[in-house]
Amino acid sequence: MRTLEDLITAAPIFAGLSQEHLSLIAGCAANEHFAPGAQLFREGTPADQFFLIREGAVALEVDALARGTIVIETLHRNDVVGWSWLFEPYRWQFDARASGPTRVVAFDGACLRGKCEADHELGYQLMRRFAASLIERLQATRLQLLDVYGHAPTP
Amino acid sequence: MVPAPFALRSKRQETADTWTLELEPRGGPALEFAPGQFTMLSAFGTGEVPISISGDPDGEGRLVHTVRAVGLATKAICAAAPGDVLSVRGPFGRPWPVDDLTGGDVLIVAGGIGLAPLRPAILALLARRARYGRLVLLYGGRSPDQLLFAGELTEWADRGLDVAVTVDSAGPEWLGTVGVVPRLVRRAQFDHANASAVLCGPEVMMRFTVAALAQGGIGGDRVFASMERNMQCGIGHCGHCQLGPTLVCRDGPVYAWGELERWLAIREL
Amino acid sequence: MPHPGSYIVERDRLDELFAALHRRGYTVLGPTVRDQAIVYDEVDSCADLPIGWTDEQDGGRYRLRRRADEALFGYNVGPHSWKRYQLPPEVRLWRARRAPDGALSELAEAPREAPRFAFLGARSCELHAMGILDRVLLGGTHPDPADRARREDVLVIAVQCTQAGGTCFCASMGTGPTAESGYDIALTEVLQDARHYFVLDIGSERGADLLRELPHAEAGEQERGSATAAHGRAASQMGRELDVTDIRDLLYRNYENDRWDEVAERCLSCGNCTMVCPTCFCTTVEDVTDLAGEHVERQQRWDSCFTVDYSHIHGGAVRTSTRSRYRQWMTHKLATWIDQFGSSGCVGCGRCITWCPVGIDITEEARAIRESEVPRDADA
Repeated sequence: MRTLEDLITAAPIFAGLSQEHLSLIAGCAANEHFAPGAQLFREGTPADQFFLIREGAVALEVDALARGTIVIETLHRNDVVGWSWLFEPYRWQFDARASGPTRVVAFDGACLRGKCEADHELGYQLMRRFAASLIERLQATRLQLLDVYGHAPTP
Repeated sequence: MVPAPFALRSKRQETADTWTLELEPRGGPALEFAPGQFTMLSAFGTGEVPISISGDPDGEGRLVHTVRAVGLATKAICAAAPGDVLSVRGPFGRPWPVDDLTGGDVLIVAGGIGLAPLRPAILALLARRARYGRLVLLYGGRSPDQLLFAGELTEWADRGLDVAVTVDSAGPEWLGTVGVVPRLVRRAQFDHANASAVLCGPEVMMRFTVAALAQGGIGGDRVFASMERNMQCGIGHCGHCQLGPTLVCRDGPVYAWGELERWLAIREL
Repeated sequence: MPHPGSYIVERDRLDELFAALHRRGYTVLGPTVRDQAIVYDEVDSCADLPIGWTDEQDGGRYRLRRRADEALFGYNVGPHSWKRYQLPPEVRLWRARRAPDGALSELAEAPREAPRFAFLGARSCELHAMGILDRVLLGGTHPDPADRARREDVLVIAVQCTQAGGTCFCASMGTGPTAESGYDIALTEVLQDARHYFVLDIGSERGADLLRELPHAEAGEQERGSATAAHGRAASQMGRELDVTDIRDLLYRNYENDRWDEVAERCLSCGNCTMVCPTCFCTTVEDVTDLAGEHVERQQRWDSCFTVDYSHIHGGAVRTSTRSRYRQWMTHKLATWIDQFGSSGCVGCGRCITWCPVGIDITEEARAIRESEVPRDADA
């Protein structure tokens, strides 16, 4: 049976962190699972968590009114879900829904923010890793925006 | 330069603007081709367009093309009815190097209609399955309703192809991945020290994909891409398809990415 | 050369050349004055030739001027080149008929209507250009039988340049001024004191055959000397120069050189250069139908890389700016042509310089790019 600390140590986003930092992070973590279709969070509600996906998939969605609900990205094993806990106003920007049975490590955002304030080295190490992940997502999103496949005519 | 007449035998609609056509020669020999080659196709009198052959290279008799109706010529081709005669010249072009990819894993990366020129390669690889390691298809489209050959993907998976599909956006009923193709590359399982890749899709998508492949250990000499430029003759005479020092109809459309890299970096080449 | 030795044909017997060609069923194409230029057209006798005319050429400038003598070939090159016969401006590739049930009939190559041509007055640069076009049209994987047919039967009577024009730079390109092969007969015109004659060199069996029908004599040492001197005169008079040292790699290194912006401000992308260039070969195809959709013809026409549509793929053109199109033309001509077809595409005829409305000079552009790589001395 793997402990939370084992899971966190094995996650690529936390690779290279010291044992001490891994323990600190584990202290803010808990296992959670979501049934297919379960909502992880909703746009506009307080964002005080983020999730590391262990198994399954999470769909990021937006309610686009007349266009219906649109899935803008799906996240998968080893992806981090949720950045809005990092900065004010700590509110979710999108909806997130488990698109299959999904197991995650859930992190308490306020808890981790507090530990980063107290230990700036931990804060720096985490920010570096999150920044790398965000950059990769930004570049992928830009490619998505280019809409390279072109339009089909409206039937 | 004189085309051969081919009759439309059957037509299948793939998406709102894309059809797969089966043609057979009218009074002439069947067309032999290698995966990745194209023909110059025309619905009598509306102009010729270069269309990749999307059929089985080991198949017999029928010439298969998957065509997207975007302009006068392609709309006329897609509007053809069974029995109508289309004109065909070819096949032309440098094919996918399927025989050079044996002994290792092969990533087949397709974007949008780019899956059509790759279909003959997929069929050729599956027909010789034992010569290759893992075969992985990474396929991206705009939305679920614009995916091609949907029914065949499961059949290919059964024959030993790992299939991952993604779309740029979808409704909540889509249970698959939403995101760009390079993300599929990052998640794919393959031997980073012994793999090649064959790519076809919008040029921007291919450039981003090549970067992701490089991060995964597959360098420019092991990546092969099908390129597109304005083609009018298909035989290296009209000059239109020049891509730097090469002619796409003759030196392509399949290129090793390493050959092209420096040319693709020049804007408005 | 298979037939060593030179021969003399007197000027006043030269019409017998036309007679011999006509007897063999040739239509003679050669230089003639029309619309204040020397162009190529059917010529039936010496009287049709540009007797006593010469051309003055410079960037964006072409004028005819009367000579002090009655030379037949005392000019250099005009706006036409032999390309118009090797790769005609409009060609019907095929035509077909469609029956109401969709069946096609009469799908046939265009009948070969071209007469047997003799080219009279081909310059060395033009012979090289014809060879370059042969490599493009016939040297690929799918040579068109119609292109081959157009070339096979042509009889070539070259004229050696005895003077160079204002925009000529064949010497730089290694394509002249003296032709050494590619002709059936080569003529060097000599006007000396009261004499007016041609020194004739044979380049083929066909040429030797033709010579037998002309009143001729063996050339003496003095006559051969006069011809050689005339060749040398042309070589020393070149109006322009182009340094071809490493030219391919020079241009490959300089795709982002500021010079392209500079020339783009002057270039009108009118495409004149591509039309007068004897090696520009780009064509486009167009399907033409009648109103009922029953008859279709596919026509091939000259095209130019300067048109915006030239590089059009779905979504738009690759080369929208004039800068990119001028760069494409020049780098193709001097650099990528080498990789595509094994030789330079430029024969140094100077037509592109002469016929450019704003006088853009390919030799000047190449020089500017080459000089931009030379490190500047530290400012004093």
